[in-house]
Amino acid sequence: MSLQTDKREFGERTADGIGDVFMRGAVGSAQDSLKTRRLTAATSLGDWERWRELGQQIRQHTLENLDYYLGQMADNVERRGGRVFFARTKEEASGYIRDVVQSKNARKVVKSKSMVTEEIEMNRVLMEAGCEVIESDLGEYILQEDDWDPPSHIVAPALHKDRSQIRDVFASKLDYDGDETPEHLARFARRILRQKFLEAEVGITGCNFAVANLGAINLVTNEGNGDLTAALPKTHIAVMGMERIVPTLEEMEVLDNLLCRSAVGQKLTSYITVMGPGEDGESDGPEEFHLVIVDNGRSDILAGEFREALQCIRCGACLNVCPVYRHIGGHAYGSIYPGPIGAVITPLLGGYDEYKELPYASSLCGACTDVCPVKIPLHEQLILHRQNIVSQGRTGSADRMQMKAAAKLLSSPGLFSRTLRLANPMSKLLSKHGRIVRGPAPLSGWIGSRDLPQPVKKRDNFRSWYEQRERGSAAGRNGSDASSSAASFSIEEKGGDRR
Amino acid sequence: MKVSIFSTCLVDLMFPNVGRAMVEVLERLGCETDLPASQVCCGQPTYNSGYLEESKQAMKNMMLAFEHSDYVVGPSGSCVAMFHEYPHIFKGDPQWEMKAIALKEKSYEFTQFVVRVLGVTDVGARLEGSATYHRSCHMTRLLGEAETPFMLLKNVNGLELEPLKNADNCCGFGGTFSVKMPEISQQMADEKSACVADTGAEYLISADMGCLMNIGGRMSRTGKEIKVMHIAEVLNTRPSAVKGGSLL
Repeated sequence: MSLQTDKREFGERTADGIGDVFMRGAVGSAQDSLKTRRLTAATSLGDWERWRELGQQIRQHTLENLDYYLGQMADNVERRGGRVFFARTKEEASGYIRDVVQSKNARKVVKSKSMVTEEIEMNRVLMEAGCEVIESDLGEYILQEDDWDPPSHIVAPALHKDRSQIRDVFASKLDYDGDETPEHLARFARRILRQKFLEAEVGITGCNFAVANLGAINLVTNEGNGDLTAALPKTHIAVMGMERIVPTLEEMEVLDNLLCRSAVGQKLTSYITVMGPGEDGESDGPEEFHLVIVDNGRSDILAGEFREALQCIRCGACLNVCPVYRHIGGHAYGSIYPGPIGAVITPLLGGYDEYKELPYASSLCGACTDVCPVKIPLHEQLILHRQNIVSQGRTGSADRMQMKAAAKLLSSPGLFSRTLRLANPMSKLLSKHGRIVRGPAPLSGWIGSRDLPQPVKKRDNFRSWYEQRERGSAAGRNGSDASSSAASFSIEEKGGDRR
Repeated sequence: MKVSIFSTCLVDLMFPNVGRAMVEVLERLGCETDLPASQVCCGQPTYNSGYLEESKQAMKNMMLAFEHSDYVVGPSGSCVAMFHEYPHIFKGDPQWEMKAIALKEKSYEFTQFVVRVLGVTDVGARLEGSATYHRSCHMTRLLGEAETPFMLLKNVNGLELEPLKNADNCCGFGGTFSVKMPEISQQMADEKSACVADTGAEYLISADMGCLMNIGGRMSRTGKEIKVMHIAEVLNTRPSAVKGGSLL
C-alpha cells in the first residue's frame, strides 16, 4: 500500500462509498458506539479540556524542539546498542529496511500495525525482495488475506467489513470452515499468527511515541501482537514518523491517556509497552534493534503553515465523529489517511494534483476540531488548504468567476440592494409554485435534491418591512398569534406573504 | 438598550418573517433597534471556499456598517460565529484588527443576546404542540453557544420538546458545501431528516436558517411533513389571552 489507495476520480470513489449501503451501516454503528465510549472515557478522566491543553502543549513543545529531541533519541538508542537511520524519503526508508532484512538473509517478516509503513510502501518493497510479510494486527491480517484490501480507518483498518465478510475471506483464502462468531474467527487467525511469530526472522513495528530521554519506543495495542512482533524475532525494526516523539515517560503518560481514550474509549489499552535495544546482560528479546525515523515530507510541513497537523497522535477520533466520513467511508478518500486528518495531511504528503478535492469534503461542522485530543484546528486547516488551492489557481474558471462575482455582491451595499429588488422577478423564470425548480450550477446542486423557496418580492422583504415601519406606515409592533406565525413560515411557501 | 439588527443574507432574500420576529421580540423586551442599511454579508460563503482576499472586502464592509453600534444581534449562530472569526482573520492588520475585535465583542446570536445580555429566559411565548430542535454546528461549536435556545424553548408555554437522535451530527448544509458536494450533503440531510421525522414532532426549530432551509427543503422534497420555524418565530408567538390583552 502506498499513500494513494485508489487512482480513480474523487467523484467516482465517493459514489462507490455512498452506494455501499452495507459499509455505511457498519461505519455508522461503529461511529455511534465509539463516540459514546470516547465521551465516557474522556469524562471519567475529569477536566478533559485541561488534559487536551496539556496534550497540545506537549506536542507543540516537542515540535518546536524536534531537532533536539530526535538527536537525544538517536544518541540514547545508539548508546544502548541500537542503530538509527534517518530517512529523508519513503524510498530511503523502505530501502534501508530491505537492506537490513537482506543482511540477515531473512525471508520471513512479521509486522504489527503501522500507518507509516503503509506510507513508505514497505510491504511491497519487502515482497519484491522475496520476503513473506505477515500483518499480525487482526484487522490488517484480514485485509492482507483479502488481496490487500486497503485500510479504511487509521485505528480500525477493517472497519468497513463485518463478521460474515470476514468469515468469507477466511473461508476462501485459508479454508476456514467455522461460523462467523468473532471469537471463533479470532481464534482461527491467532493459531496461524502464533506460528508466524515463531518463524519470523525479523519483526517490524510502528511506534506510538519515541521516548527521547530513554532511547525507547512506546507501543499501544490491544491484541498484544505488537509485543510479540518486537520480542520474538531476532531482529526488531521500529519505524516512526519523525514527529512521533516525547521528551520523557511523563509526557508519554499524558499522551497515552489521551490516545487510548480518544481512539477506542478505553482508559488504557491492554498493552502499553516501552521497549528498545536490549541492555547488556539481558538474555531475552531481539539481538538487534533498528529505529527508522521517517521524514518523507514532514520537514516541509514543520516549516510551513500546517505545522499543527504534525501534532496528530493518530487516534482516529476525528474520523469517528465526521459526518462526511460516515457517509462516504474511508476508501473514498483514496488515501491511507482518511477522514478529517486525512483530508489535511494527504494533500501535504501527496500534493494537490492528486488530492485537491479532499479539503472540500467537509461541511466545516467543526466536530473534528472539537474532539481532537491535541487540539489541531482541523477545520481551519481545511480552509487553509482551500485558500492555497485558490491562490494556486487550481479551482476551475467557473468557480473563480462565480466566487469573484459573489464576493463583489456580498461586499457592495448598492449591488446587494439591487439584487434584493431583482431576485424575485429574475427567479420567476426558474420557479414553479413559489419554488425554484431549475437553474445552472451551483444552484442545480441544491435543487436536485432539496426544495428551495423563491426570493421574496422587494415590497415583502425584511428590509422593506423595517423601513416602512420606521416611517410609521406599518403596524405590527404587537407581535402575532401562534397560528399565523407557524403557517406563514413554510419552506413550501413564499416567505413574505405574511398578513 | 440599543441593538443593531444584523439581518443576514438568507433572511434578507427569503425569510422576512424571521427578521421581523426577532425585531418584535427584542423590542417587546425593551430594546431599541436599528437596521444599518450598508450591511450585506458576513463573508462566510467566499471565506469558506478559500477566497480569502475577496471575502475580506465583505468583512470590512460589515465592520464599518456596525462601527457605531452598541450591540449587534443576528438570527444565525453561523453568521455571528463568522463575525467572531474576524479577529483571527485580521490579526496583525493595523487598520482592521481593532475593528474586528470590537465587532466580535459586541455581536451576539439572537437567543444568546436575550439570555446572556438581557437576562431573560421566559419571553412569554406560547406555541401548542411538539417540537424538536436542531442545534447548528457553527452555533454550538464555533460560537460556543449550546444552551440558550433550550433555556428559552423550555419556557414556551404549551411546547413539548422531543429529543433528537444524533443531534450533534451536521445536517449537511455547510454553506457552499451543499452545492459543491451535493451528493454527500444529501446523504447527511437524509439521515438528519429521518432523525427529525422519527421524533414525531410537529415543528422543527433551529437558530440557523441555512440548516432549516436544508433539512426543511429535503423533507419537503421527500414528502416528510413538518412545520419549520426559526426560534425567533417561536419566541414571537403570543398567548393572546394572557399577555396584557393587547390582542383581544
